[in-house]
Amino acid sequence: MIRIDSVTKRYPDGTVAVDRLSLEIPDRSITVLVGPSGCGKTTTLRMINRMVEPTEGTILLDGEDIQRQPVTTLRRSMGYVIQNAGLFQHRTIVDNIATVPRMLGWGKQRARERAAELMERVGLDTSLAKRYPYQLSGGQQQRVGVARALAADPPVLLMDEPFSAVDPVVRKGLQDELLRIQDELGKTIVFVTHDIDEAITLGTMVAVLREGGRLAQYAPPAELLSTPADGFVEDFLGADRGIRRLSFFPSAPLELTTDAVVPADAPAERIAAVRSPYLLVTDPDGRPLGWAERDRPTAGTIGTIEAIGTGRLLPYGRPFVPGADSLRVALDCAVLSPTGWAVAVDDEGRVTGVVSQQTIGEAIRAAHSAGRAEDEKAAG
Amino acid sequence: MSGFFDIPSDLQHSWAGLIGLHMREALLPVAAGLLLALPLAQVCGRFRWLYPPVLGVTTVLYAIPSLAFFVVLIDYTGQTELTVMIPLALYSLVVLVPAIVDGVRSVPDETLAAATAMGFGPVRRYLQVQLPIAAPAIIAGLRVATASSISLVSVGALIGNQGALGNLLAAAQKYDRPELAVNSVLTMAALAVLCDALLVLLRVLLTPWMPRGGSRRKPAARREELTPEGAVR
Repeated sequence: MIRIDSVTKRYPDGTVAVDRLSLEIPDRSITVLVGPSGCGKTTTLRMINRMVEPTEGTILLDGEDIQRQPVTTLRRSMGYVIQNAGLFQHRTIVDNIATVPRMLGWGKQRARERAAELMERVGLDTSLAKRYPYQLSGGQQQRVGVARALAADPPVLLMDEPFSAVDPVVRKGLQDELLRIQDELGKTIVFVTHDIDEAITLGTMVAVLREGGRLAQYAPPAELLSTPADGFVEDFLGADRGIRRLSFFPSAPLELTTDAVVPADAPAERIAAVRSPYLLVTDPDGRPLGWAERDRPTAGTIGTIEAIGTGRLLPYGRPFVPGADSLRVALDCAVLSPTGWAVAVDDEGRVTGVVSQQTIGEAIRAAHSAGRAEDEKAAG
Repeated sequence: MSGFFDIPSDLQHSWAGLIGLHMREALLPVAAGLLLALPLAQVCGRFRWLYPPVLGVTTVLYAIPSLAFFVVLIDYTGQTELTVMIPLALYSLVVLVPAIVDGVRSVPDETLAAATAMGFGPVRRYLQVQLPIAAPAIIAGLRVATASSISLVSVGALIGNQGALGNLLAAAQKYDRPELAVNSVLTMAALAVLCDALLVLLRVLLTPWMPRGGSRRKPAARREELTPEGAVR
């Protein structure tokens, strides 16, 4: 565990970058430091590997003061990933990744094998090994940066806005990849970002810092969204924190209706028996085809759907998977659906039922009150 | 007896011998200038306030005409090769210090921070990261210093036949053989072009990591578009 104990960083000109900051960073999880520019998040990160020395306070790594060990030993036990990757432009990809193992005295062959293994782990084709950084895209360079930081298998990974300089699509890919790698490796990651969405996506714990390097709130992301400590945190979270919070509630408890789901070859009586104004039409395998309106001449009133043709159905939009997706995804599907009903499917894409916006709304209220009860229990 | 390559005997060298002498008088000062410039540039990089005064002093040195420099030095080092080479070394220094300082400063902050974070000490970082990345800028400086040094050696002819190929210019007047002056000028030009080409070749060999021209960069950019997520799985 990394324990930051009332650490202050004051520069000779009097500026205070970090002000009596205390944090306990749990092992094998991602702790995100987030805040506006000038909040001291990067300074805090750099104090952990002593690239910046604190003016006051101590930082303990597994109970031991980091000042007590040689600075190079400390740094080589911590991987470091920086914005724009900071690759050595004059070295090949494989040599970039092998940097720390080589400094630790590994043989050339072993270091290269390790580098190749890491390229695969971060999703880079090993055919890129002999290329130079300029020949790679920004996203690929950032992957090399992550691989280089992991090369000597350090227990701690420090990441300083690593994904800020790439476009949103690449960033999403890199975030997913980081979560996957973290599932496999279980490092203690300290991650700095100014992007609250990134903090909520990645963090097990999120520390929100404000200008002048003071801690505003330190909490798991769901708690941050449900109970921001003050106006600053609330503003920083942005206007749609209610919607974003739904990401933390599962869609599994949603009550699905199967009454309105009919196969395309269903007889007219079956269609006539449907109560809701819309019917979800499926193919013989149970995969969704589209919506039919009961009282329009697309179905119901004049007979079977097959007779009319499925080409006239309304699009069913995006389906959600109740086991895997959150309430936020379910709500999004319902909002996007032309009928206001979301389509639930299983892993194979077969329809398991449909659910209305109203039902989702009730589920949200239920989840909120359950969350409040839990908070009160935790507080009491 | 008066051919293009027949050198008057008072010069005490054949044509090839003059070339060898000329290269030594021109290139040794550049090498000495580089050896002095490296630590000086390192100090200037470390203590930024030092760079403007160092640049000022070296620029003033550069403004002293070579002939005046030679005349002052004759009192100390006599009419020798050394008298020619000392000013040339200082002129090289003037060109090389800013080239190295700018080259070292061109290393991105992220790269330096990453190196420090990986446990590079200052010396290792300078030798393994900053200098190699500054190599193209240093070689660009060496090209200027070398070309000007090769041409300036000829001024040494005025202080007792220490001008190597430049001595041919004096001989051309003395013996009324204009072809010697043509020989002198053409040979020096050829040497300058040859040295320059060698330095360009050296840069190409030292920097396989540099994008070459515009043509190779474009396919790389296209690849980026094809794999927007940046991954090859």
